[in-house]
Amino acid sequence: MSTILLIEQLLNGIQFGVMLFLMAAGLTLIFGVMGLINLAHGSLYMIGAFAAASVATLTGSFVLAILASVVAAALFGAIVEFSIMRRLYERDHLDQVLATFALILIFSEGTRWMFGSFPLYLDVPEMLSGTVLLPGGIHYSRYRLAIIVIGLLVGVGLYLLISKTRIGMRIRAGENDREMIGALGIDISKLYTSVFALGAGLAGLAGALVGAIQSVQVGMGEPVLILAFVVIVIGGIGSIKGAFIGALLVGVTDTLGRVLLPIAFGSFMETSQAASVGSSLSSMLIYLLMAVVLLFKPSGLFGRTQS
Amino acid sequence: MINEKTLNALIALLLLAVPLIAWFLDEPFIITLATKVAILALAAVGLNLALGYGGLVSLGHATFFGLGGYSMGILASHAQTYTPLLESPFVLEGTNSMPVIWLTAIVISGLVAFIVGLLSLRTAGVYFIMVTLAFGQMFYYFAISWPAYGGEDGLSIYVRNGFPGLNTLDPIQFFAICYVLLMLVIFFMARLNSASFGLALNAARQNSERVQTVGISPFKLQLVAFTISGAVTGLSGALYADLNRFISPTMFSWQTSGEIMVFIILGGVARLFGPVAGAAIFISLEHVLGGLSEYWHIYLGAVLLLVVLFAKGGLIGSVFRKSVSHG
Repeated sequence: MSTILLIEQLLNGIQFGVMLFLMAAGLTLIFGVMGLINLAHGSLYMIGAFAAASVATLTGSFVLAILASVVAAALFGAIVEFSIMRRLYERDHLDQVLATFALILIFSEGTRWMFGSFPLYLDVPEMLSGTVLLPGGIHYSRYRLAIIVIGLLVGVGLYLLISKTRIGMRIRAGENDREMIGALGIDISKLYTSVFALGAGLAGLAGALVGAIQSVQVGMGEPVLILAFVVIVIGGIGSIKGAFIGALLVGVTDTLGRVLLPIAFGSFMETSQAASVGSSLSSMLIYLLMAVVLLFKPSGLFGRTQS
Repeated sequence: MINEKTLNALIALLLLAVPLIAWFLDEPFIITLATKVAILALAAVGLNLALGYGGLVSLGHATFFGLGGYSMGILASHAQTYTPLLESPFVLEGTNSMPVIWLTAIVISGLVAFIVGLLSLRTAGVYFIMVTLAFGQMFYYFAISWPAYGGEDGLSIYVRNGFPGLNTLDPIQFFAICYVLLMLVIFFMARLNSASFGLALNAARQNSERVQTVGISPFKLQLVAFTISGAVTGLSGALYADLNRFISPTMFSWQTSGEIMVFIILGGVARLFGPVAGAAIFISLEHVLGGLSEYWHIYLGAVLLLVVLFAKGGLIGSVFRKSVSHG
């Protein structure tokens, strides 16, 4: 296997990881601040992708499509928080799991009802199509590179928002002591709604960005949701830094595993058998990674120790 | 006002009476529906031991449901094609016998539940939910990418497996098998819960430190509960595969885990007959709403949401208003 192909796959892994980070950051923020486990986060990803695809068809503008995805997902997030989630903060996780499971059913079927069962397509904009020549003679997809850049920018932005701004300070305070921020006269319900909308917007952005690589269809959010869970379990729940490192780890492990494992097995097995064993094992690889991390660090790489 | 025991007996009788009446009226579809209720209730009875009594919110019980299903599929498909499963070091033939398949399903899913429990019980709370979920996904993707038993397309078994002395292809006889198994397992669960093991498990859910102080290890209790729980759900998976004569990776999917959990919450968490009531309500809703609209999942979602928000404790819980704390 050539080095160029390996580097290309590594970049694909990073692109996948960055996209997972957008999902995982929102999920872990919502859990860290509000203690809420939200299975419907994948539905917000789907809503973002559908909003982007519809706006792109209507206006032909990719920038507007991306904006629409963030706004639509954030709006839905705020509505869901306002009408349903805030009744569940004091309940145990079981109720949250069930309620958000119910929301998935409603959102998925609602989308199917509005858009039908056929996938929509979101075209990569002219400006970002084709490949770029990277140092070392590697031709790499311009669009995927753009996703990496956008993801990293969002990561930096999120870091600055949380560590440098007033709202970030409140979010951090909310993670540590919920009653205290209330006592300090901060409007908790407004804070919660904005954190939820922020997380939802990030998921919507991820959905729109990926929608141009894959197709936009009902049920697209659930596999990504599970991966985002794996990411935050590896990284440590509530930690944005953990989500970032976990996401890159999962993205690269998954992508490289799919390429390298069949080759590795091919060195001592028949080709067809190696391909089959290799692909079965590579699809389990990130879950094995998670199991190993948990064996040594039950609360994830950057998680606080559980009480 | 009736007490919970009377209500339980009523639920058990109702589940028996509906298919019997359908049998007299020659409505095999209703019998099949009742069989589905009995089988899925069994899966939920299994989960209820971990989730309800043990306080372990497992969102990965599809793992065991799927393992039970694949035990049946693998054994029966080898019997169907007369090819041994294993030739060396010893010959292992497939089989069409239900009792052998059940035993295999129970042992395999129990064993995997033990290993999954060993790993995931190191964590707690939301980590536990997500770790069990991830284990389920691991098996789901393995089943999808493993071509030997159908991969993504699943695998059909053309003849239902046999039980000595019965014609399992007759709907009412197959229902009888599933119903008897369900009642046996519920009886076993009732005994388990009133035994010292069950009492200690309940205590560990409510206050793990206190249990530790009296010298009992909550980890061991929970691991045993999780293992038994997985084994029961595995048995149900084998029956479900026999009902449909078909297995597919969907049995491992996290939606399956979610549905099994929904049965319990609809019926009542940590109630002996909660899973049975829940499965019956869910399957009936599915049937009725499915007839009303193509997009019936919206209504199902809305009903579930209303139950979580306003009818805490599920059906049996809201009848008796005695809440059971969990997870």
